[in-house]
Amino acid sequence: MSITVLITIISLSLLALLAAVILYFIAQKFKVIEDPRIDEVQAVLPGANCGACGFAGCRNFAEALVKAETFEGLNCPVGGAAVMEEAAKILGKEAPAVEPLVAVLLCNGTPEFRPHTTRYDGVPDCRIAHSLYTGETDCSYGCLGYGDCVRACIFDAMYMNNETVLPVIIDDKCVACGACVKACPRNIIELRKKAKKDRKIYVACSNCDKGGPARRACKAACIACSKCFNVCKFDAITIENNLAYIDATKCTFCRKCVEECPTGSILELNFPPRKPKVEEQTEVKTV
Amino acid sequence: MKTFPTGGVHPPENKLTAGSEIRHLPLPSNVAIPVSQHIGTPASIIVNKDDRVKTGQVIAVSKGFVSSNIHSSVSGKVNKIDAVLDTTGYKQTAVFINVEGDEWSETIDRNDEIVTEIKLSPEEIVKKCLESGIVGLGGATFPSHVKLTIPSGKRCDLLIINGVECEPYLTSDHRLMLERGEEILIGVTILMKALRVDKAMIGIESNKPDAIDHLTKLVKAFQGITVYALKVKYPQGAEKQLIKALTKREVPSGRLPIDVNTVVHNVGTAFAVYEAVQKNKPLFERVVTITGKSVLNPGNYFVRIGTPVKDLIEAAGGLPDDTGKIVSGGPMMGKALSSTEVPVVKGTSGIILFPSNESKRINSMPCIRCAKCVQACALNLEPYLLMTLSEIGLFERAEKERITDCMECGSCSFICPAGRPLLDYIRLGKATVIKMARERVLK
Repeated sequence: MSITVLITIISLSLLALLAAVILYFIAQKFKVIEDPRIDEVQAVLPGANCGACGFAGCRNFAEALVKAETFEGLNCPVGGAAVMEEAAKILGKEAPAVEPLVAVLLCNGTPEFRPHTTRYDGVPDCRIAHSLYTGETDCSYGCLGYGDCVRACIFDAMYMNNETVLPVIIDDKCVACGACVKACPRNIIELRKKAKKDRKIYVACSNCDKGGPARRACKAACIACSKCFNVCKFDAITIENNLAYIDATKCTFCRKCVEECPTGSILELNFPPRKPKVEEQTEVKTV
Repeated sequence: MKTFPTGGVHPPENKLTAGSEIRHLPLPSNVAIPVSQHIGTPASIIVNKDDRVKTGQVIAVSKGFVSSNIHSSVSGKVNKIDAVLDTTGYKQTAVFINVEGDEWSETIDRNDEIVTEIKLSPEEIVKKCLESGIVGLGGATFPSHVKLTIPSGKRCDLLIINGVECEPYLTSDHRLMLERGEEILIGVTILMKALRVDKAMIGIESNKPDAIDHLTKLVKAFQGITVYALKVKYPQGAEKQLIKALTKREVPSGRLPIDVNTVVHNVGTAFAVYEAVQKNKPLFERVVTITGKSVLNPGNYFVRIGTPVKDLIEAAGGLPDDTGKIVSGGPMMGKALSSTEVPVVKGTSGIILFPSNESKRINSMPCIRCAKCVQACALNLEPYLLMTLSEIGLFERAEKERITDCMECGSCSFICPAGRPLLDYIRLGKATVIKMARERVLK
């Protein structure tokens, strides 16, 4: 009995020893040497794995940062400048200044401006509706309103407004990861430069039709009348494809174009209310 | 009776207009003729505003090999060249013509006599098809001259004529076979000559016994043509299924019928080829079925290309009050229209007005893994899987599962007891995969 036990113990020990030796050599042979800085950099990244940087996830991005000679073209929009600087400190490199961006919807086609002409009872998915036809309104460029962008946002920065049937972007939560931009089949979400106090002036329209058809489809459409282009002193406005575009890097927020726009397609957001215009009063002299 | 072996469904036939003779629709007051009515490059317009055109005159010429000529379907004055909403659901460039009288181009033989003698050589026939703007009238609108040109290294030994008309409601091919049988058979002989084959098979589903009898009788006077009755099963009218049903030849995935030495043409196309070759009449009108359960006078009409759909609805007794959806094409593969101003194009085989209670989908519920869609798929695909892959965006995987083989027949969506929008997502995935593949080639 005791011999059986002894043989068992010895044979098992020998087997274990043999396996240990094999494992040791294999471990030596296939040893992966990883830069310890990758872990350090990954620790400072937000860990959202959203893919906004263009890499598969935060680990992938950390590897790219460690490998890269300069930080040129590498940016984590979610973490912003603070995170990039921390990563730069670990790696002893310099982080270039990157301007924060925010998503804006280039459409203001609420039911009030853009009446419905048909009813869609298919799958409530923008991509499918877009592949079928112009949508429930006559505008073939504007928002379809089935919320693909809202579903794509992993930061809870968007919701559908049931009254306007348009998505709303919450500026404080938006990290400009660009998921909504990719999700939108009509390409009407733009990442624009973030300004002080979240102020924004932009042309909320994407309709490339000529003035007449655009206006018939939507009362708030840009009709490319050039009034804003003429009034802008800073060359911030360009008109292309029957559509005005305001360059956020050149715009000085003077708000002249907003006043000029005959259809109200230029929106100003987060500004204090305008002072009521002082009406010129001519004194009436009584005889 | 012959049929294809895998998959297929049998939707209610509802061929309400099978007994109504083809009539000529009164001339419209104006037409809008889109320049892209075929698969391939849109034709380029050669007329200007205020030009006078005659019926049958070329107004847009084909651009590239896979393209087609477009002819004026009426005589009158070009009003404008503008965008028109068409069956794609988007605006396309079209030539708008105000109709004045009906003056036909002098070259067209308007005599009713049937011309049996074929004078043109095979090359001339192909050229004639290109000039006359002949495209596949079964619905896919693939330019016919391309199909008649056998690529080098390929061989063709059989012509198949598609008289299946497996879509419910539609009867335009059925009526054409009954009323223009002889012309169709001459057209088939012309196509045989162009392809240099001595054998042609005409496949007709057995729910059209009168057409089968009629053509079987007529066919005795023609060499090498045989008529076959097929078991009623959707989608038998699809090229690959029809070839399989008639000849047991199987077109491999991603290949064309010519890879199994076969060419398929529709009966409507055969008739158009007859008119083009024997009568010199280009393709500017086609048979359209206007039907629906609440329609007052459903019927079949010869309609000039470019006629707004509303004229056709007017001829059928006006829009019924309970209309929920207007569909262009058959109920299985057709497309809902977003306006009645949409013009009839070369691919419009029918207009169906669905009452609102029939036009609604049932609410989509979760998949219960019953595999009815797998059984129904005529191409041995797994629709439930393809749908999920497109829905969550795994397009590479969808490509491996051969999503591009799908012909969008809609049998899976039809059979699904949970009302899942299978085809909607598969179509989306297919379009994305094709786009991905094209980008890969460009790289």
